[in-house]
Amino acid sequence: MQYLVGARSATIRFGDFTAVDRVDLEVGSGEVVGLLGANGAGKTTLIRMLLGLLIPTRGSVSLFGGRPSRATRRRLGYVPQSLGLYDDLTVGENWAFTTAAFGIAESTLPESVAGYRHELVGDLSLGLKRRLAFAVAFSHDPGLLVLDEPTSGVGPLSSSHLWEDIRASAERGTGVLVTTHNMEEAEQCDRLVVMAEGRVVAAGTLGQVIGDRHVVQVDCADWRGVFAALDGDGLIVQVHGSRLRVPGTPEHVAGLLHRHDLGGDVSAVPANLEEAFVDIVTKASPR
Amino acid sequence: MTWGLEGGTVTFGAKTAVDDVTLQVTPGSVTVVVGGDGAGKSTLLRALVGLVRLSGGRAQRPGKQAIGYIPATAGLYVDLTVEENLAFVARAYGVSGSDCRTRSEELLERIGLTETRSRLGGQLSGGMQRKLAVAMALLHRPELLVLDEPTTGVDPVSRAELWRLLSGAAAEGTGVVVATTYVDEANRGSTVLLMDQGKTIAAGSPSDIIGAVPGTMGVVRGSDRPPGQSWRWGTSWRVWAPADDLPDGAEPVAPTFADAVMVAALASQQVV
Repeated sequence: MQYLVGARSATIRFGDFTAVDRVDLEVGSGEVVGLLGANGAGKTTLIRMLLGLLIPTRGSVSLFGGRPSRATRRRLGYVPQSLGLYDDLTVGENWAFTTAAFGIAESTLPESVAGYRHELVGDLSLGLKRRLAFAVAFSHDPGLLVLDEPTSGVGPLSSSHLWEDIRASAERGTGVLVTTHNMEEAEQCDRLVVMAEGRVVAAGTLGQVIGDRHVVQVDCADWRGVFAALDGDGLIVQVHGSRLRVPGTPEHVAGLLHRHDLGGDVSAVPANLEEAFVDIVTKASPR
Repeated sequence: MTWGLEGGTVTFGAKTAVDDVTLQVTPGSVTVVVGGDGAGKSTLLRALVGLVRLSGGRAQRPGKQAIGYIPATAGLYVDLTVEENLAFVARAYGVSGSDCRTRSEELLERIGLTETRSRLGGQLSGGMQRKLAVAMALLHRPELLVLDEPTTGVDPVSRAELWRLLSGAAAEGTGVVVATTYVDEANRGSTVLLMDQGKTIAAGSPSDIIGAVPGTMGVVRGSDRPPGQSWRWGTSWRVWAPADDLPDGAEPVAPTFADAVMVAALASQQVV
């Protein structure tokens, strides 16, 4: 299979510091790949390398089958978290500027933002700004889209519109690489790549990344007492209403509750992506 | 004593930033306020802690010394060390020297920042800064703790640590209010308030909000948008049929919390 973008054992060092360590990653046509990682895990450095803005110290990177260059970058759409729009230009002017920069002779403002043509971008809501940034990034029909936290900060309706745009684009054959801390967003990707300390520590579909990890769930009347007991034992307890979820085995947790003379229904339940992520990342890079 | 707002309204000139919102904060519990940009979350929290005057409704809050509040940006001093930041708020809230030391140690241990006590606030990573800001707001053991988007942009590992800290405060009896844009964080609260454009679009426990979804939810696989009210979820579509008339080919499913949030947002748009 021909990948749109690919890294082969890509490594980048800054002095003694290895920011990206032997990373393999591919994005194929029509695929939405989520790139997850703790802050400082090397995601941004990896992306800068995939775009050709940093040269790998070792290994290789290919963009549209060649070395990343000005010519290959033309076929790429990138939406940074800062969006890259001009606040004091109107929607129409932002559009005209970018399409001109990409050398698109004839272009019409997409329907999704056409109603705001004469408004200054600085006056738009964040949801609309993101939609415009997407439209601008999609304007030259890119083969690959790189989106940084694409729905960060927007409400549910705007977020669903943005995902409709992303999916429609993927269905036309565009490959999409999404970086996100939002687990709900990550769950919508076709495939996930998890990084920690510069390395890929897990990859695959949502189900493959979670694997057969389980957490212990405690349903109890006195969540505060149970929280204090488990937290005091050093467990990272997550409270969901009056239900608690902790890593570990039901036997261990039941034992702790028994020792503190506390009641509660203890059971093992499948971990969610966030819990799996915390488990994978903390095991890969113990603090 | 319950803290909160009753029919809270805040106007700025002609703009109504918060429109008749009721929020109840029970000691020993976590209330999560969920909404996107411009929903009115920050103004609501500022009205709750008394930083913005209400133009309508009533607020019930403890005295200033019993409130801990962190705005969406910063909440710490970048040119003070971690320890100095904690000592500074201790002085401001009249926490004695020895109590400050014990409490600081305990909080630093909990947020995993013991080793960084001599580092400048500005040298910490974003996630560490948020954790320190929360520790600073907790130092004087407030009765009401109000946090504006403490987890935005924070990675899931730091987020789990932050939530552990907030749950711990609630377990000790503090009333905790947290604003977030991440819909999945609503599950952390015993009470959730969903906001859009200054208004409440749904409120209650997460299971109440799911239970209140009228009609039937369905899922349709494939790339074509099904008729009716639908939105994308991964490679499939979620369809909401308020009158139980799911389109052909839709498989009925139980609504998720994310579905309930979409339904509340769609329903609120139709009323306008």
